[in-house]
Amino acid sequence: MRFVLELGRIAAFTADVARAVVTPPPRLGAFVAELFNIGVLSLLIICVSGAAVGMVLGLQGYNTLVRFGAEESLGAVVGLSLIRELGPVLTALLTTGRAGSATTAEIGTMVATEQLDGLRMLAIDPVHLVVAPKALAMIAAMPLLSALFIVCGLAGGYVVGVALMGVDAGNYVSSLQNAVDFRDDVLGSVLKACVFGVLVGLISTFRGYTCQPTSAGVAAATTSTVVVGSVSVLLFDYIITALWGV
Amino acid sequence: MSRGAVPLQETPVAFERVTMHFGTRPVLVDFSCEFPGNRISVVLGGSGAGKTTILRLIGGLIQPQHGRIWVAGTNVVGLSERQLYEVRRKLGMMFQGGALLNSLTVYENLAFPLREHTRLSEREIADRVHATLAAVGLRGVDHLLPGELSGGMVKRAALARAILRDPQILLCDEPFSGLDPISVKRIEALLRRINQERGITMIVSSHHIPSTMRMAHHVVLLWDHKAIQGTPQELAASPDPQIADFFNEEVHEEGVREPQHTPVQRW
Ligand SMILES: Nc1ncnc2c1ncn2[C@@H]1O[C@H](COP(=O)(O)OP(=O)(O)OP(=O)(O)O)[C@@H](O)[C@H]1O
Ligand SMILES: [Mg+2]
Repeated sequence: MRFVLELGRIAAFTADVARAVVTPPPRLGAFVAELFNIGVLSLLIICVSGAAVGMVLGLQGYNTLVRFGAEESLGAVVGLSLIRELGPVLTALLTTGRAGSATTAEIGTMVATEQLDGLRMLAIDPVHLVVAPKALAMIAAMPLLSALFIVCGLAGGYVVGVALMGVDAGNYVSSLQNAVDFRDDVLGSVLKACVFGVLVGLISTFRGYTCQPTSAGVAAATTSTVVVGSVSVLLFDYIITALWGV
Repeated sequence: MSRGAVPLQETPVAFERVTMHFGTRPVLVDFSCEFPGNRISVVLGGSGAGKTTILRLIGGLIQPQHGRIWVAGTNVVGLSERQLYEVRRKLGMMFQGGALLNSLTVYENLAFPLREHTRLSEREIADRVHATLAAVGLRGVDHLLPGELSGGMVKRAALARAILRDPQILLCDEPFSGLDPISVKRIEALLRRINQERGITMIVSSHHIPSTMRMAHHVVLLWDHKAIQGTPQELAASPDPQIADFFNEEVHEEGVREPQHTPVQRW
């Protein structure tokens, strides 16, 4: 029962955000600032994690492939796992923990200190001014960060596979090029990242916007963003993969 | 008290049989009162009596379970958010904690509502903002963030933002809480001057009896989920000993009781 109520509230909130996005005047300045914020907040963690995951994939992939004498297709293994699955999913999980929780805490603090009510009393819609640009920036940032993660991962796999394990550089790149299909793999990857962006953007802003106006309320909302955000990313990953075979 | 002849729609602000619960907890029960035009009304009550609730109801930030609330001729109960924005253009509100946007400087906090709602040039906006800041006695704080201001300065900046667009009705939530006695007198004088110069209808929530006795034209005392209205003198001379005590005790013990009465802030 409470779950159904909650779903209804999220739906109404989503409609509010969508309406705010198309209502003039567009908040371009706020959107760009938020995009920059989320990007900068997540840049380091995405690059480091991407490289690390790529290196692990390179090592594991090599050790498995070498048993079948197929180590020249290491590029394909690393590339496909990163592009189809690990890139978008891990990016979404990391972004939830870093930028999503920050978004919730920021909006929640504005609720607790009555800043959003202050805006309402000035006849300014806080969803329009504060919430929508943050949600939109999260949606826009996710595919970009995911692409960055994948690029760092490919580089990490290259370093381990080619420099450390001695796979031929040409083989690594050409097997990668041959295996990856633009429509199926790359577009699918972007689609996943966009869906995750919508999920994390809406969950983190919703949690902040509806949090209890106390410091404990802000803390609870921030935790909830990380938990609910991560779980729904994983659930939707399965659903997308099952439906579209990405 | 004897304004019964005027229809409620024509009073600047009036509550008509309002009931407000939070969950099962009643705050206002069948609550009626009026706030006369061009006057300073003080909403008086202990901590948790519902002072903030009353101001938030007037602004339409929360909706009651029953009753009607007349604000500048419109019943704000049941209005959509869009309709409420029309009513709120006539209101200014100074929040208990200031509610300034923490990420913007003081200047930007005042300038951006003007950019949102008027077609003034940047120059005219700057003039208006500086004139208003000067009116509340703030100078040289343009580039400071709200977090860098003292408590009294935050109250002044919040007051400046509330009167910036010349509201018909000014709502002030606890303008004196957390201030030293000298700042209390200054803010009090400021509110009186704004009321006299601009003829704004003011509704001030407070638990500070001495300043209420000095500045209020009309008092709404929150008592047992209901309103007891009158001039400060009428209430202090109330035949009900509990009510008379509420006034007189605090007048005598001012300074001793004051610190304990600092309200629990929402954050
Ligand atoms: N959002 C809310 N949810 C639940 N209860 C609330 C909420 N807002 C206020 N209350 C309750 O309503 C009552 C009145 O609160 P209100 O903030 O109006 O008091 P107040 O008179 O302004 O007190 P103070 O002097 O401490 O500011 C309190 O008992 C409070 O617990
Ligand atoms: Mg209060």
